[in-house]
Amino acid sequence: MNKEHIDVSTYHLLDVTSELEQEPIRSGFGAGLVEAGKQNDQVVAACADLTESTKMHLFRDAYPDRYIEIGIAEQNLVTVGSGLAAMGKIPFVSSYAAFSPGRNWEQIRTTICLNQQPVKIVGSHAGVSVGPDGATHQMLEDIAIMRVLPNMVVVSPADSVEAKKATLALAEDTKNPGYLRLAREKTPVFTTDKTPFAIGKAYVYAPGSDITIIATGTMTYQALLAAENLFKQGIDAEVVHVPTIKPLDATTILTSVSKTNKVITAEEGQIAGGLGSAVAELLSEEHPVPIKRIGMRDRFGESGSPDELLEAFGLTAKHIAMAAHHMMKS
Amino acid sequence: MKQKHTIPELETIAVQIRQDIIRMLEHAGSGHSAGPLGLTDIFTALYFDVLKYDPKKPDWNQRDIVLLSNGHCVPVQYATMAHAGYFDKKELMTLRKFGSRLQGHPERTKLPGLENTSGPLGCGLSQACGMALAMRMNQDLHRWIYVVMGDGEINEGNVWEAAMLANKYKLNNITAIIDRNNIQIDGQTEDVMPLEDLRHKWEAFGWHVIDIDGNNIESVIDTLTMSRAIVEKPVMVIAHTIPGKGVDFMEYDFHWHGAPPNKKQAKEALHELRTLQGKIRGEHE
Repeated sequence: MNKEHIDVSTYHLLDVTSELEQEPIRSGFGAGLVEAGKQNDQVVAACADLTESTKMHLFRDAYPDRYIEIGIAEQNLVTVGSGLAAMGKIPFVSSYAAFSPGRNWEQIRTTICLNQQPVKIVGSHAGVSVGPDGATHQMLEDIAIMRVLPNMVVVSPADSVEAKKATLALAEDTKNPGYLRLAREKTPVFTTDKTPFAIGKAYVYAPGSDITIIATGTMTYQALLAAENLFKQGIDAEVVHVPTIKPLDATTILTSVSKTNKVITAEEGQIAGGLGSAVAELLSEEHPVPIKRIGMRDRFGESGSPDELLEAFGLTAKHIAMAAHHMMKS
Repeated sequence: MKQKHTIPELETIAVQIRQDIIRMLEHAGSGHSAGPLGLTDIFTALYFDVLKYDPKKPDWNQRDIVLLSNGHCVPVQYATMAHAGYFDKKELMTLRKFGSRLQGHPERTKLPGLENTSGPLGCGLSQACGMALAMRMNQDLHRWIYVVMGDGEINEGNVWEAAMLANKYKLNNITAIIDRNNIQIDGQTEDVMPLEDLRHKWEAFGWHVIDIDGNNIESVIDTLTMSRAIVEKPVMVIAHTIPGKGVDFMEYDFHWHGAPPNKKQAKEALHELRTLQGKIRGEHE
């Protein structure tokens, strides 16, 4: 591989083509929340009967007096969060993304966003990589429904290390509501403790000049793999990692696209309303160029192994590379 | 120390607040009439007797909390807050107007003294639970949370999720008040979605339930004060009220749930309120 391609040194990234340690993104949240709780005693947590699945049990065990078990009641979960925040707390409220924010959007809109309370909504098990549980539990629309809400910050980390940093950053924001998107399955850990992270920033992990690949969450690793392969095949792709979908880092995206004038977006969710939409909205107003969006195309997932599903729905490095080849030809 | 009012004084204040509600709604040209008029005695009791607060320091960290869960009844809260000194009564006429702090449904971030943003129903009790839990974590044991809810509102499932949580954690510094006026937009509550047996439902959910006449200020004050002494459970006050209370042609009529009076109706309503439904003679109009 060509190590000069991915900017491993600036961002302290690990070589994505090597054998990497794997960990679920949600584990980074669990560790981050304990750390946030240690740093600030106003950080509290509530969960809707999925404490271990969302890794909130780590916080519960560390700070039992600051943990509330809500039961299977996601509307109550976020609205109790609104009340906690009104009294000065920084509440993290977690469930599966399909249920929260899937079921309780209006409570989030009215009692958290319009009411400007810094509740942090944590949706685990997002994307088709949830696997065998099937379509009901594979949340694909969360980015879309959170992104449209005024005041809401939307963060979709790429691995467990970044998820920890994102959790700490959200805990420090005492003004805004936030949504943190987490995945269930183990995924490669390619960022390190030294890799920078700030809410609202996008990062050019791999510089290139031919085409811009903009990715978020689990798809950033796939985008980097694709860029490595494309480089060998003579296509110099730039990979922009967008962990914060809202507010979108327009400067970094526009700087990249002004150079390449070709764009692929990649996300493990609906392209309608998701990262692909956010980028298309930005570019169509500021710098219209051809764009290909990789993600779920107006359909639900189904049961299967994570790898089978990602392959079937075209959410791998191979599919990103194919799209790049296609765009370079046209 | 806040000056204590006698019951007749409070009744006079309530009549003034009702007049302001009529003027506000007529001027706004839209809004809800029946609920605010029915709730006026409860709000008068809260702000002029029961609550601990300072209108000059709305963020005072030892204040009691009022959460209006059925946000469409906010004209009564605005009018009562103006009378209580939160802002000038003149501002009441900006209700529902562009640029006003008095939004059609209450927005916490717009007007100091409001504790929540509501309108979509069923959320106040959950927010109260969150606040009560936070107060417990903070060892803030001398503050009280009053939640005002509509009776139609408790059709919402969210309310019952909160009811279970309040029982689980024994959130005894919550006193909830259901405005039991028996009407909602589409008609009588028992026709739209039967609520009874309301008392036993709440008791089965682990609440201490008290039925009162919600248009009797003295009974409201006695009950809300007494509710602080009930330490083992959260308290639900089922306040039986007359929708449209004080204006004869509005009373008991669900058509006034979501409608404002026009100019002629407002004049008639104000006359009725000023003369205490004809009891005061000699008014020339």
